[in-house]
Amino acid sequence: MLVEAANLHAGYGEMNILDGVSLALEAGEIGVVIGPNGAGKSTTLKALFGLLRVSEGSVRFDGADVTNATPESLVRRGMSFVPQERNVFETLTVQENLEMGAFVRRDDYRHLVERIYALFPPLRDKRGQPAGELSGGQRQMVAMGRALMVEPRLLLLDEPTAGLSPLFMSQVFEQILAVNATGVGVLMVEQNARQALGIAHKGFVLASGRNRFTDTGQKLLADPEVARSFLGG
Amino acid sequence: MNELVFFVNKVLVAGTVIGSIYALGAVGVTLVFGILRFAHFAHGDLMTAGAFAALAGAAGLHALGVSTPLPIGFVALPLAMIATALLAMGLDRTFYRPLRERGARPIVLVMASIGVTLMLQGLVRLFAGTAPRSFFTGERKDIFHIALPFDLADRPIIVTEPQVLLVLLTAAAVVALHYFLTRSRLGKAMRATSDNADLARVSGIDTELVARTTWIIAGGLAAAGGTMLSLDVTLKPDLSFSLLLPIFAAAIVGGVGQPYGAIAGGFLVGFAETLSVFNWSVLLRVLAPVLPETVEIPTKLAFVPPEYKIVVPFFILVVVLVWRPTGIFRGRVL
Repeated sequence: MLVEAANLHAGYGEMNILDGVSLALEAGEIGVVIGPNGAGKSTTLKALFGLLRVSEGSVRFDGADVTNATPESLVRRGMSFVPQERNVFETLTVQENLEMGAFVRRDDYRHLVERIYALFPPLRDKRGQPAGELSGGQRQMVAMGRALMVEPRLLLLDEPTAGLSPLFMSQVFEQILAVNATGVGVLMVEQNARQALGIAHKGFVLASGRNRFTDTGQKLLADPEVARSFLGG
Repeated sequence: MNELVFFVNKVLVAGTVIGSIYALGAVGVTLVFGILRFAHFAHGDLMTAGAFAALAGAAGLHALGVSTPLPIGFVALPLAMIATALLAMGLDRTFYRPLRERGARPIVLVMASIGVTLMLQGLVRLFAGTAPRSFFTGERKDIFHIALPFDLADRPIIVTEPQVLLVLLTAAAVVALHYFLTRSRLGKAMRATSDNADLARVSGIDTELVARTTWIIAGGLAAAGGTMLSLDVTLKPDLSFSLLLPIFAAAIVGGVGQPYGAIAGGFLVGFAETLSVFNWSVLLRVLAPVLPETVEIPTKLAFVPPEYKIVVPFFILVVVLVWRPTGIFRGRVL
């Protein structure tokens, strides 16, 4: 197992949002977390990445117990996180955003910058431009590029298509597949459940902070009950 | 022409000098705000502490028999900058970091910094007394009289050695800061943290290292500003009171969180002060022969009497906060 969360309980302050969420992903897989608003999807990602205190349960990454580890130490271990909002350094150039993604590296990472530009060609021409001036789709590329600079084995994406037009949405899904094709495991929270489950090896349907269904993406799509309750019929 | 020379001495030279001091202080205020998100009211006291560290260093060098062509206080400045950087880091570790780790709101940190101000001022009074001190006890302050090559002006432009050193030092500090912030890994991490602290943490940037670096730079520049001001005039133990308002005005005018704005704001406040206290009747008197006799030029015609100079930054502060709270360089709203 690349990542394995068991019986997670976590929340903000006194308020508990996760009430025993479990999920597991093998190396190189795409996992998709779906569910209604307030189900605890984003909270699950934040709990995995050490942004929230896990009060009960455990997180294992690559065989090691990383429950409540700091984000910095998780980045060093090969886990990266792309927040939903404010996910680029707006006043820094595109190139500087990528360099900040590599802050924990002390080696020569220039070839990685090149690889990001190869993966997201529009960024190459904008490398000297402040990331705040880019379009929504390009910002998402910068955000993902920044997270990929540590060569993570697991990339956590919090609603990568939020606020994007349908055209850009499909583009983002293609890019996620391209990233995954390089061997990076992806765990993402997504509102566009149908499209996301379509590319998922594993799907996790959450409701009220608990697992409701866990299966392969295709099987969840085919399940009439999942379709009725969570995919809008 | 003599009147113009008078203007150059009183406004241009004096404004550049005081503007440099304000710039050195305001950069620290703006960096601390950008990265640690609170108005650090004890910044003026870091400047006082730096000046006293330089004074102690100068006394030490003097006792060792060191003699240099440069003022000995200036030679001791690197030591003072290091000492003040350590002091700033120590203050952070003792007072601000514990609050930060407990997730205290910014206003709590502001209050803590006011407490630190009172503490540092008490310590200065306890150990150094309240009398002003001069750096130039054993040596002479070099004063340069730049005579103008034309006959109309027989008065020279006057600058002192500390003033020349101050301007050179400020220029060097600005260039070094620019290269640090745009070229080095840590400098870029500082800008990233100032831009978006949450994302910086998520990216794996060591935010405590960034905080330490910020205090080192802020403390070092504060020591430079305090020492150079004391070399130019005298070291007053209550230095920080007269510096705090202009420095905050400069940081806010420039746009909080914007180092280049703070530098511009420092000079703006400095020149506004010297222009306001300048006796304009000196220049108007030249016009006396062409004016009708009914117009009488008063002997004193300044916007603000010198003893009320402090209202100038206060006025600028109010104007900026009312009309453009983000400052010239579009910083944050304090």
